[in-house]
Amino acid sequence: MSKRESGPGPLLSTIASIGHHVTDALQRLGFASRFFVMLLLCSGQSFRRPNLTIREIYYSGFQSLLIIMVSGLFIGMVLGMQGYETLQRYGSADALGILVALSLVRELGPVVAALLFASRAGSSITAEIGLMKATEQLTAMDMMAVNPIARVVAPRFWGGVISMPLLAALFSATGVFGGYLIGVVFIGVDDGAFWSQMQASVDFRYDIWSGIVKSFVFGVAVSLIAVFEGYDALPTAEGVSSSIKSTVVKSALAILALDFVLTSFMFREAG
Amino acid sequence: MSRKLLDLWVGFFVALGLAGVLFLALKVGNLSAANFSEAYPLTAKFANIGGLKVRAPVKSAGVVVGRVADVRFDPETYEAVVTFSIDGRYHFPKDTFALILTSGLLGEQYIGLDPGGDEKMLKPGDVIAKTQSAVVLEKLISQFMFNKASEGPAANQ
Amino acid sequence: MPADNLVEIKDLDFAYDDRPILNGISMQIPRGKVVAIMGGSGCGKTTLLRLIGGQLKPSRGDVLVDGRSVPRLKDDELYALRRRMGMLFQFGALFTDISVFDNVAYQMREHTDLPEELIRDMVLMKLNAVGLRGAHQLMPAELSGGMARRVALARAIALDPMLIMYDEPFAGLDPISLGVIGQLIRKLNDALGATTIMVTHDIQESLLIVDYIYFMSDGKVVALGTPDEIRASRHPFVHQFVFAEADGPVPFHYPAPPLAHELLGKGARP
Repeated sequence: MSKRESGPGPLLSTIASIGHHVTDALQRLGFASRFFVMLLLCSGQSFRRPNLTIREIYYSGFQSLLIIMVSGLFIGMVLGMQGYETLQRYGSADALGILVALSLVRELGPVVAALLFASRAGSSITAEIGLMKATEQLTAMDMMAVNPIARVVAPRFWGGVISMPLLAALFSATGVFGGYLIGVVFIGVDDGAFWSQMQASVDFRYDIWSGIVKSFVFGVAVSLIAVFEGYDALPTAEGVSSSIKSTVVKSALAILALDFVLTSFMFREAG
Repeated sequence: MSRKLLDLWVGFFVALGLAGVLFLALKVGNLSAANFSEAYPLTAKFANIGGLKVRAPVKSAGVVVGRVADVRFDPETYEAVVTFSIDGRYHFPKDTFALILTSGLLGEQYIGLDPGGDEKMLKPGDVIAKTQSAVVLEKLISQFMFNKASEGPAANQ
Repeated sequence: MPADNLVEIKDLDFAYDDRPILNGISMQIPRGKVVAIMGGSGCGKTTLLRLIGGQLKPSRGDVLVDGRSVPRLKDDELYALRRRMGMLFQFGALFTDISVFDNVAYQMREHTDLPEELIRDMVLMKLNAVGLRGAHQLMPAELSGGMARRVALARAIALDPMLIMYDEPFAGLDPISLGVIGQLIRKLNDALGATTIMVTHDIQESLLIVDYIYFMSDGKVVALGTPDEIRASRHPFVHQFVFAEADGPVPFHYPAPPLAHELLGKGARP
């Protein structure tokens, strides 16, 4: 039976398809929440075998070291150059340290490190879990009385959550070093002024700690998206590839949106 | 990969990450320089605080000795009540003078403490009696113009 | 049939969303026997295995394994039951990131606290049973299809299960590997004193090794019997299956409107 003969008009069918998309999205959100709860419930089980999580820290954390540190260095160097360009017009090139350090520890460190982490480690977590699902490895594990969420998903999630703040801190640290390299070593900003101005205005509890909190939140978000997209992938080649794409896109959106929310909470009173 | 090697690399990664945090804390931040863990609070009331903000520095003789912790408005006296925490290592006499100063012409505002000569020291939670409000640039200018204007006709006569 | 059944399926219905897969299936799988479940592709055979393993819940009816109702088990009871089941998946489903040895050792390491030397001996014994002891260091990607199936078989019997389930054990194998796997299924069942359920559409190989055959079509059991009874059967469906005829009760065409109507204009649309 044809749709045109008996189906609803074009307007109605548009509304119906919007409604369908909304219910779909809500259903996925519900499943994601249930998945997150299951993940937390199974975590105790996987913490009893820390080797599983250590392995994942190696894959998602250690193997991301190089890209994180190299990117951090370059971003710091660019900040050093651009910052000097602007600051010296107002005769305050001494404040270069403040500019480099604050922009890194508050914003660029957590955000850029999380974006890199999502595309480097998040996508490979999704691919791995998605392929395990597509080749029935997860089903096989379940039939062997091994809970795949406790054995496969939870360690990857916690590996990501633990790695993320460390990577963000390293990103900021190498970035500050990059800014120092350009500002002090190449351009010739005063060494003492660079560090002392920086230390005078970067507060540990206020700036650095909130950067660490941010990167922890991003770590939870990216890891959860990565494992969920993998677990929820359609068990086909296209399904896995679209899940990987969706991990990168959703992580980026989640990081930037969460960054806005967290920043407005953390630095509101500083006005 | 053998388990020992894996543990080694992960250990290396975690140590490096913690070193990064430590570097940020000690070298970039001021955790080592200003440990206010034993800070004590003092309060002062000002008629006008200008642009003073929470976390602005409190300086004495140009050295940072504390930070502004809280700024409130007292609805009864119509004054600003500023609470600041002072590093536990430093103590000031009872008749210390608290001023709101500006670093440079357009820089940030901070609290300056001018110690007096009293034998007794300020205790935690005490209120500093002698204060001087912020210099508000607009007021200064309008005052100056007003003076000029009132002087002007007199000079002509 | 003997009264002692390891698996009993009672009047079972199952549907994916609104699409019915199984309609009122009943089966008895006697202890110690090798039973084949046959039918065309997509008739719900694999679904049936998942129902026995407790990975799916029936919409009506019951599955009893060793006297316990699988759909009503709690999660931990289900996991305890699954430790006594082995399952061979259609394409092996070996863990691709670990070696053949570790694949077979997987359940022993997950579920027991046995010392590593003992696990090593057990794994080598299992691999020896499927003739692949020499391949224990290889990765799954280095194996041929038939070898991967044998490794998966060794993994399925790692904990000496009481029930072994095979999902299309012969799919995609060359004739030699096919014969090897068939003989292994029979031999392992008898050696372990286990019970075997085998879902397949390879009738000729199955007739050689099984004790009993169920034929399924459209989510129902249409015929059953021992291999000899099946060979002698006059049932049209069985006849079509045994002699691999293209058309018969199992139609060649997916249900569709007559070809002439579809080719000759829209007016004929039903």
